[in-house]
Amino acid sequence: MTAADARSTPSTMRDAAPARPRWQVLLIRPETMTFILLVLGVIAGSLLSPFFLDIEYILSSFTLYAEFSIVALVLTMVIIAGEIDLSPAANMALSACVFAWLQQAGLPIPLAIVVGLCSGLLMGALNAYFVIGLQLPSIIVTIGTLTLYRGLAQVIAGDKSIRVPDWFIGIDKIMIAGIPLPVVIFAILAVILGLVLGGTIYGRQIYQIGTNEVAARHAGIRSARIKLSLFLLIGLVAAAAGIMTASRLGSVRYDLGLGGELQMVLMAMLGGTYIFGGRGTILGTFLAAWLLVIVSTGMIVANVLPATQLCVLGVLLIVSIIATNFIYSRTQR
Amino acid sequence: MLKKSLIAGLGLGIALATGAAYAADPLKIVYIGKNTGNPYFDSITGGFEDACKELGCEFEFVAPATAEATSQIPFIEAQIQRGVNVIAIAPNSPDAMNQVLDDARSKGILVLAVNGDLVGNEGHRDANILPVDFTKTGPNQVELMGSLIDYKGEIAILSATTEAPDQNTWIAAMKKTLEENPKYKDMKLVATVYGDDQPEKSTTEMEALLSNYPDLVGVIAPTTVGVAAAAQVVQQRGIADTVHVTGLGLPSEMRDFVKDGTVTAFQLWSPYNEGWLAAYFADGVIKGTIKNEVGGTFEVPNLGTITIGDKNVMNTQAELTTFDASNIDDFNF
Repeated sequence: MTAADARSTPSTMRDAAPARPRWQVLLIRPETMTFILLVLGVIAGSLLSPFFLDIEYILSSFTLYAEFSIVALVLTMVIIAGEIDLSPAANMALSACVFAWLQQAGLPIPLAIVVGLCSGLLMGALNAYFVIGLQLPSIIVTIGTLTLYRGLAQVIAGDKSIRVPDWFIGIDKIMIAGIPLPVVIFAILAVILGLVLGGTIYGRQIYQIGTNEVAARHAGIRSARIKLSLFLLIGLVAAAAGIMTASRLGSVRYDLGLGGELQMVLMAMLGGTYIFGGRGTILGTFLAAWLLVIVSTGMIVANVLPATQLCVLGVLLIVSIIATNFIYSRTQR
Repeated sequence: MLKKSLIAGLGLGIALATGAAYAADPLKIVYIGKNTGNPYFDSITGGFEDACKELGCEFEFVAPATAEATSQIPFIEAQIQRGVNVIAIAPNSPDAMNQVLDDARSKGILVLAVNGDLVGNEGHRDANILPVDFTKTGPNQVELMGSLIDYKGEIAILSATTEAPDQNTWIAAMKKTLEENPKYKDMKLVATVYGDDQPEKSTTEMEALLSNYPDLVGVIAPTTVGVAAAAQVVQQRGIADTVHVTGLGLPSEMRDFVKDGTVTAFQLWSPYNEGWLAAYFADGVIKGTIKNEVGGTFEVPNLGTITIGDKNVMNTQAELTTFDASNIDDFNF
């Protein structure tokens, strides 16, 4: 199902058309490597533990990573545009804290959700102001705001956790055609963003900004406006992911999603997004999210030592970066 | 070709899954620690392993790489998937795991909190095993100090941070014991200082105590960092004959001080017994020989009669264990 979804997108996602045979265009891509690794991961997982290959279990495990995966899709677009955002995990925590605190103070849940989402937008806007308005490097800015947002979350929630009402708990238990809702949201968002990035002028402009911003600007692309839209989008989506996490866990603490920014970057890199911008696809990140879940879940259910797990993830990342760079250098347009 | 290997992988996985279905006979217990690389948990695990050898159950220890609030969730899900009968856990969060622990219990898995509890969320686990009744810690420490200094002279307390809840409870109990019990009327508490559980600050505070109170004969440090730092100062100055250091310490850190006579004796509980008790309790509850009811009692080899207390909490020992030259080599944590 997922592979079929994913396969329908690549032809629309070619960023440029070099004069190479069609099979090369389709196959020699970082996403192909991610897909091969995914298949190898499934095989290795089944060999490691007899309890692994159970679609229900894999889907329910995916819900643990779904929030990060959803944000990683948008992060992919930010990275393609030549920027980075390391603050979404902290944004998730702060938005969720704002939401949980307001609903505890008596605000109706729908309203609390709206305010939570708006706070996410605001955080995105703040990042955008520093990066676009003040022309500061996004990596430094978002390291700063990642600390700031996490700190504010702690100011709001303190060291205690804030409960959410029982009826609000359990987004991961809602099934749509047997698939948990967070996974469905992830898949739908992947399709939408994939179409936007691969099939619209807006999407093409994102690639152009990432490839050469000055040239793009001279060509009349409003890079500031496009980057602003991306920072706002990632802020909004991170806030939504934070509120989804609150529903899954049943409580909110300031340390919600701690360290999630690295997982998100890992997904984008594993999916073949080029860290310096201009290259990458939503399909790649979509596959990489599954790869990460399959590999992590496969090792955890086999009781593999955490140290070994970290090594495997590290090797995966390095392999994917080397392969990505190799493929891109060989297929220069 | 890719498809073929995927199908082959799937087939292989299914074959393995069906092949292992019969291996569900012995009781399967898993203990999920806070994080890996923590020698304290090796000792608890040792208790589980030895008890399982006696009882004929299967035991495994797993732990995430970091002690972050949600890091244990994938491990709990994996253990549910593996079909264990008992999940014992040292929880990293009092409430982030409520939902997944409820899932486990709804599948008939016995959930025990071991060496830590889900404070305020006791309904999400079946029972709790703690090392010792913490109301005894203060009086036990005062008695040990008294026995080292013939129950007379000036003493001081070197604690962790000013807000540390456990330490403050113990210190209050120590003060009460010193005031109310005539046995300790010649012992005078002259100062309580705080080393913030940092080796350097604890060392400085200890040195300040020695210069401010030249008649000091004893220091109680009810924290593992503090007691090691205090012992270090006494060892360097060679004043072990005049100033007696005791407190709560780890045998691994205190071994050298005990061997060279700097410290005569110190206390802690036995983590080993927590694992031992948890395994016997789990085995009994699953086999129906122990009823998990408040007020119920049962026998455990080497530990005697255990009573299930309020909120289904059990303690492995009534009093602290005292470590000295005669038994320190028996402990490895």
